[in-house]
Amino acid sequence: MQKARAAAVLAGLAVAVAACGNAPTTTQPAASGSASATTAGKTLQGVKLEVAAKWTGEEQKNFEQVLKAFSDKTGATVTYASTGEDTGAYLGPRIQGGSPPDVAILPQPGLVQQYAKQNALKPLTDEVTKEIDTNYTPYWKELGSADGKSYGVLIKAAHKSLIWYRSQAFDDAGVQAPTNWDELVKASQTIADSGTAPFSFCGASGWTLTDLFENVYLSTAGPENYDKLSKHEIPWTDPSVATALEKIAQIAGKKEFVLDGSSGALQTDFPTCVTKVFGQKKAAMVIEADFVATQATQDGAKVGEEAKYFPFPKAGDTAPVVLGGDVAVAMKDSPGAMALLQFLASKEGGEIWAKLPGYLSPNKNVSPDNYPDPLTKALGQTIISAGDAVRYDMSDLAPSAFGGTDGKGEWKVLQDFLRTPTDVKGAQSKLEDEAKKAWK
Amino acid sequence: MTERLDGPQAPLEDDTSGGSASGPDETPRKQRLIGPSPTVALVFLLPAAVLLGIWVVYPIVYSIFRSLFDAAGSGFVGLGNYMTIFTDPSMLTTIRNNLIWVVVAPIIVTTLGLIFAVLTERIKWATAFKLIVFMPMAVSLMAAGVIFRLVYDEDPDKGVANAVLTTIHDTFSSSQGYPEARPREGDQSAVAADKGAVVTKQPVQVGQPVLIPIVGIKPQIMPSDAQPAKAAPPGNDLSGTVWFDFTAGGGGKNGAVDASEKGLPGMTVEAVKDGTVAGTATTADDGTFRFDGLPAGSYVVRLPQSNFQAAYHGLTWLGPTLITPAIIGAFIWVWAGFAMVLIAAGLAAIPRDSLEAARIDGATEWQVFRRITVPLLSPVLLVVFVTMIINTLKVFDLVFIIAPPSVQPQSNVVALEMWRVSFGGGNNQGLGSALAIFLLILVLPFMIMNIRRFRREDT
Repeated sequence: MQKARAAAVLAGLAVAVAACGNAPTTTQPAASGSASATTAGKTLQGVKLEVAAKWTGEEQKNFEQVLKAFSDKTGATVTYASTGEDTGAYLGPRIQGGSPPDVAILPQPGLVQQYAKQNALKPLTDEVTKEIDTNYTPYWKELGSADGKSYGVLIKAAHKSLIWYRSQAFDDAGVQAPTNWDELVKASQTIADSGTAPFSFCGASGWTLTDLFENVYLSTAGPENYDKLSKHEIPWTDPSVATALEKIAQIAGKKEFVLDGSSGALQTDFPTCVTKVFGQKKAAMVIEADFVATQATQDGAKVGEEAKYFPFPKAGDTAPVVLGGDVAVAMKDSPGAMALLQFLASKEGGEIWAKLPGYLSPNKNVSPDNYPDPLTKALGQTIISAGDAVRYDMSDLAPSAFGGTDGKGEWKVLQDFLRTPTDVKGAQSKLEDEAKKAWK
Repeated sequence: MTERLDGPQAPLEDDTSGGSASGPDETPRKQRLIGPSPTVALVFLLPAAVLLGIWVVYPIVYSIFRSLFDAAGSGFVGLGNYMTIFTDPSMLTTIRNNLIWVVVAPIIVTTLGLIFAVLTERIKWATAFKLIVFMPMAVSLMAAGVIFRLVYDEDPDKGVANAVLTTIHDTFSSSQGYPEARPREGDQSAVAADKGAVVTKQPVQVGQPVLIPIVGIKPQIMPSDAQPAKAAPPGNDLSGTVWFDFTAGGGGKNGAVDASEKGLPGMTVEAVKDGTVAGTATTADDGTFRFDGLPAGSYVVRLPQSNFQAAYHGLTWLGPTLITPAIIGAFIWVWAGFAMVLIAAGLAAIPRDSLEAARIDGATEWQVFRRITVPLLSPVLLVVFVTMIINTLKVFDLVFIIAPPSVQPQSNVVALEMWRVSFGGGNNQGLGSALAIFLLILVLPFMIMNIRRFRREDT
């Protein structure tokens, strides 16, 4: 026992010495060339880092390739830990227990605020902040901040303002991709008349319903109201919310519009609803983000030919662009953690990742030419060109009890609304009740 | 368990502090002298006491303490969290569900176990039967949940429950004609839906052909013998066309028979006058129909509901109304075997002579079962019953896995809510602790009952 302790102390000292020794070498290049601070060889040799994120399967493999690039460059050993679907449930106990991972990738900026309040996050160092300033628009920087301090970097984006459709179903019905809401409703009627259900809703996955609401709301109420509602500065009983819900009822309220009826839709979770469109060919459209492409490909549809998308149609004055994304934060004070954040925020790190499938970068200096297929290229272009008008997924900005928990808050109320789309007033007052509880 | 620990410890301390014991202590002291010395006993008890203290006593005490604070753990809220449990509507649903569980599940499990146990006594293949019924115990609850999620799937092609229901239903009546088809609606349309049937909005004169446009026909139910639709030629009879008013690829004119549009063969058409059916016809392959020998006048033409009989899809097991019974079904599947094995063991221990004596005295089998077997089995039945109550109170995994997220609020139970509130997104460990304590209080009486029972059996 005594021996082991001595060894541990020695090891600790060794790390400390190594860290001190490295300090000058890391700061020097940072001063000269801001873009790449870690050019001076393997400065983090022997440093061990743990990164926790929710990705599994293909996404995990791709991310590990990026981590490997970081290891190769710096010499640090990075291990990946999967948090499972519910990042909060994984990190909560680890924070309480005092042993969080060095770096965590949070699926919601709402968690940044929450953990910052618990003092579980380490503020970004100047080098990382500088990297963010060169590569991101101010809106994204603000998303990773709490109480005026920067804590996180948005490293991966998801484009949520898309409607995917099966081109054969549109051809059979003789309709074109609609550009506004009325055209969408009309096209849906025509598709229903042709004998195909127009929409496959993923009602069991509450977040798909909040995404739908956000697009319609951003479009009908405009970005200012969107920001206010995100912060609960206007109540959910506001007439602008009623307008958006009524628009949704136009497509969710007709029996022939919803595949398997509302009760069937409420038992359909996210990837299954995509399969119902592209695999089983039962419906024409599914309203979800860019990552539908992965599932559509698995279902045997060729993206761009059988599986196509159109931008979410304008339901009001604004053409909506809603993004989701993952924010990387440091949970331990270690030079390795900051170096990794800086790498992920840099053009270099972003471009390594961009060459792999299934990734969209919010980094404005990562050229869309890096993306492996034309579809992703086009998506990347829309994000960059939309610039300051883009909004972040509202439910992910809310406290997770309201915007991110199965069977609670907005998820639950919108699911109930899908069950009875006529009850706009009831849905609004229930949303307000839930919001009051979550924001108190 | 803690009671047992405390029991011997208290007198031990007494002993070390005051050497001269008083009168009432006399008897236990004599007993102790036979066994090991108090210090040795203490040393042997210590590891268990420390472990229990760390893993049982401390967490309970800390949970009680934590339950008096808010989400952040810094603001004291008194009994506020407990108030929330009994005022929040979703929490009340949770408590109601737990009540249903506790009332229904243990009774069914115990009854089924008893029936299985008594019946297996009399059949030849008892061991094989018992093995099969006991098998679900070998499956983890989580896996059982995954299995039953599939069993209850709404799609009869996937879910066994609905596959059975639809098969039974279809042997008696099957779907007919054109399910889920509907008339083309709108102001220009001459027809409208009426209680599942399709009727002309205006009465039709004999000699004037009627057009009945139908839409929403799925490609797979379009009959292969359907011919391109034709408008019925004017004549002296009441005639018309029922057709699929949709040109593939678009471009057709609504309400008009276009070249590539197909008729709907085999559709029953009724001519209705003053509420009574005056004549019935069936459409031909090109969708035309003709009523022969109908007296002149005006009629409402109707396609009765039987044309549009939707296929039976079974029950929505995983919907808000049936979800709790459905999950209880899965629970019974898992635990019935366990109950059966325990009760069968008890049954084997029953003295045969009393059963035989009753039979000789002329008791019927039912009387023997009711008056002899069940009373003699009651200690075992009680153990099974109480164990099941404790199991139902802490049920978590089955609900978590079987209920789709959209009906989780309707199927929620206290143990699941406790996890969800504290870790699964709610991040309110104050309220979570309060729920945990609430659950502990619910379980406690049954625990004490079981412990007492074991003690009595010991002595």
